[in-house]
Amino acid sequence: MTSATATAPAPQGVVNPHAVGTSLPHQVLLLARRSIRGALSSPAGYMPGIVMPLMLLTINSSAMQRSTSIPGFPADRFLDFIIVITFMQAALFATSSAGLGLVRDIESGFLDRLALTPMRAGALVVAQISGAIVIAMGASLLYVTIGLVTGVDFHAGFLGVLALLGLAAWTALAFATIGAWIALRSGESEALQGIFPLLFASLFLSTLNMPRELIQADWFAAITRVNPVSYMIDGMRSLIITGWVPRMLLEDVLVLVVITAIGVSGCARALRRRMAKA
Amino acid sequence: MTTSENNGIEVRGLVKQFKKGPKAVDGIDLDVAPGEIYGFLGPNGAGKSTTVNMLVTLLPITAGRATVAGWDVATQGADVRKAIGAALQAVALDNFLTGREHLRLIASLQGITGSRADARATDLLHRVGLEEAADRKVGGYSGGMKRRLDLALALVHEPRVLFLDEPTTGLDPQSRTALWEEVRRLAREDGVTVFLTTQYLEEADVLADRVGIIDRGVIVAEGTPAELKAEIGAPTVEVVPTSDSDRAALPAVLAQFGECLAAAQPGAVAVRLRGGSDRASLVTIVRAIDDGGLKIDEIRQHEPTLDDVFLAKTGRSLEGAGDDEATEGAPGAPGSGSASAATADDRDAEPVA
Amino acid sequence: MSTTFRAARAIAWRHLYKWISVPANFMPTFIFPLIFFTGFAGALGRVGEIPGFDYPANYTTWIFVFSLLQTCLFGGLATGFTIAGDFQSGFARRLMLAVADRNAILYGYMLSTFLRAALMSGIVTGVAFIAGLEMLGSVGEIVGMYLLSLSLSLIGTMWAAGVMFRARDPQLGPAMQIPMFIAIFLAPVYVPLALLSGWLHAVARVNPVSHIMGAGRGLLVGQPDDIGLALVSVAVLFALLAVWAITGVRSAERAGG
Repeated sequence: MTSATATAPAPQGVVNPHAVGTSLPHQVLLLARRSIRGALSSPAGYMPGIVMPLMLLTINSSAMQRSTSIPGFPADRFLDFIIVITFMQAALFATSSAGLGLVRDIESGFLDRLALTPMRAGALVVAQISGAIVIAMGASLLYVTIGLVTGVDFHAGFLGVLALLGLAAWTALAFATIGAWIALRSGESEALQGIFPLLFASLFLSTLNMPRELIQADWFAAITRVNPVSYMIDGMRSLIITGWVPRMLLEDVLVLVVITAIGVSGCARALRRRMAKA
Repeated sequence: MTTSENNGIEVRGLVKQFKKGPKAVDGIDLDVAPGEIYGFLGPNGAGKSTTVNMLVTLLPITAGRATVAGWDVATQGADVRKAIGAALQAVALDNFLTGREHLRLIASLQGITGSRADARATDLLHRVGLEEAADRKVGGYSGGMKRRLDLALALVHEPRVLFLDEPTTGLDPQSRTALWEEVRRLAREDGVTVFLTTQYLEEADVLADRVGIIDRGVIVAEGTPAELKAEIGAPTVEVVPTSDSDRAALPAVLAQFGECLAAAQPGAVAVRLRGGSDRASLVTIVRAIDDGGLKIDEIRQHEPTLDDVFLAKTGRSLEGAGDDEATEGAPGAPGSGSASAATADDRDAEPVA
Repeated sequence: MSTTFRAARAIAWRHLYKWISVPANFMPTFIFPLIFFTGFAGALGRVGEIPGFDYPANYTTWIFVFSLLQTCLFGGLATGFTIAGDFQSGFARRLMLAVADRNAILYGYMLSTFLRAALMSGIVTGVAFIAGLEMLGSVGEIVGMYLLSLSLSLIGTMWAAGVMFRARDPQLGPAMQIPMFIAIFLAPVYVPLALLSGWLHAVARVNPVSHIMGAGRGLLVGQPDDIGLALVSVAVLFALLAVWAITGVRSAERAGG
């Protein structure tokens, strides 16, 4: 660690922007470390994000096991079918992690201070998003390990697990950019909390609990069809319960490309506007 | 026992000890007469707020006994709460309610409802100067406005005893003066007993009928401001010599007029004048300095202040005794940092040279 | 009217007023139950066709009772956050100074949470009818079902109040939420008890929430079953959590608000 991280009067006391070098990757690295440390410094903040999905996974995989007897259900164990929820929850957690980190930096004036230093404000945004992705990846690795220990059969094999982790990371990135966009636009944690019902709805009004072909209610099937989260879930899930299904993976990637593009351009616009005001 | 006629406060051997900590309040005794304004003076951490929190039933007492308006704070908390109003150090407001909604809510909690509550709210909003902001959410109020609303909330049910814990911290001079006027009016016209904690010397001096000085959980002095200052006796004279050599010679010259002390002003030499008939005048002292062939830049005479009382009782100055929170008040707030010295100087100093 | 009740009513008024006037408070309590209900009722219709799934009405009706209980219970947990927020902002001290009987603060929150849960239950019922809810029970049975589910709003409030009067910190929200989350999900949420197996069956069989849920489902379709067990469960939970909540108020008093 350089002296930059040692003598910081900055918010959370981690990085002094005046002392940081001008190389962009270096700035991002330092700030991302700060963001990860900040997020991990409060177990009360991240533990529920890890424990709750595991709890739901444990209970629901047992409670819904009988669903696998429905003709046409695509898995023998409900655990294999539903484990994808943990990766989605990790991605949702990235939204709050990146967003709240930025809100804190906005409220404390840290972002404005960057305007007076050689650091680029964009580096802070990239760092907060990167930090959120690293945390989400840590959680995803934990979930894959738990899946392997509990006998989840990853049909796409070892490479499929790597692809699953890659998709999980990208999903976290897509959600984190949305969280960062809202944080930069509003600067308020209330606004960020306000989108959680929407994210939660997008998760539960999807193919999360039942494959689309087994959904009885036409209106609900229609919702899952227009809900992009369904495609993210189906893509990741296919690697676990089916194997390599190019169509599902392609749909997932397309959705991720679109959401990431919206998130990144939103972040860029909001950051420009915010720094122009500073 | 119902002692509805008794608006006073009686405290005997009151102790508060927090877990794994020293005694925050260590066996204090005090009596506040009905209708009296009692100033409780001390630095931060001295035990002022802890004492108030025990008397208003927010904190249980560890030992001792205290009655407020005739009710025992340990066993008759509900009766105490009906009789008192309190504006504590940290304002206790809900940012999502308006000023008027706050007053109506607290009135309802006290059993005042309907048109009586509305009238009371309007009256109090007028008295604390918040009529225009009455229907705005408190989240948008300034610090001073919040403090004034907090005071109004303490008065909703026309309490017989009012506790004000550092009520003027953060107020601008105008608001502070207005609050002092209101406190005086409550005591004089309505007969409300006021227990006022403060770290501002001037506030205690100007407002309180009697003052108790607390330090490290113990009351070190008590009496009217005049009595306390009289205990210190004679004034102090501070002399600033022109050169270092004169500074070395000055104590020998000044010693004939009284006891030499550490001076508050850097580079100065101070002497507390002997009292009684042989008390020297400034002219005599200047003449003696001149006779000694010494040159001075400045000479000032200070009448005793409550800070001198605190210094005499504890060996420390009130300004430096607490943490630096004392300087968080409005600029120029009485007693805050250098302002206390300035206040004393402005009132009592007699610059000669 | 007693002073305590008047004070409780004032506390309840403020809580409800804040809930309605601040969207950040209103939206989660309003939207989450609807998301859960819509998500489960819409997606899991086929679950009702599993062999051995013996319920006289459709799956929407089956999951509706769970959604009602969840709405009521989680409404109580939301109140826990309000209590913690009051301590954090210092407003709790003002309330504790203003009321003669401090239990009135607890009673006020219970009253407002109950009323809020009643309103939310109405909304969830409306959405459930749109989704195909079948009410086969008599008026008395339906009222009984609503009273059973609303009792969980009081139980949830007392649990949450007990935690937050002690912790006085919203950051400890998960410690308040997780036990209740576990309690409700360890009941026969998706399928009847008989279709659960292993550890979950063993736990669900003794979980008091299972009895309340089961009785509610029976009343809804006019086949009341195990009502006595449900009432005993409510009474025991109520008694234990009343002690928990009142001692929580005492704990806050000792800490000085």
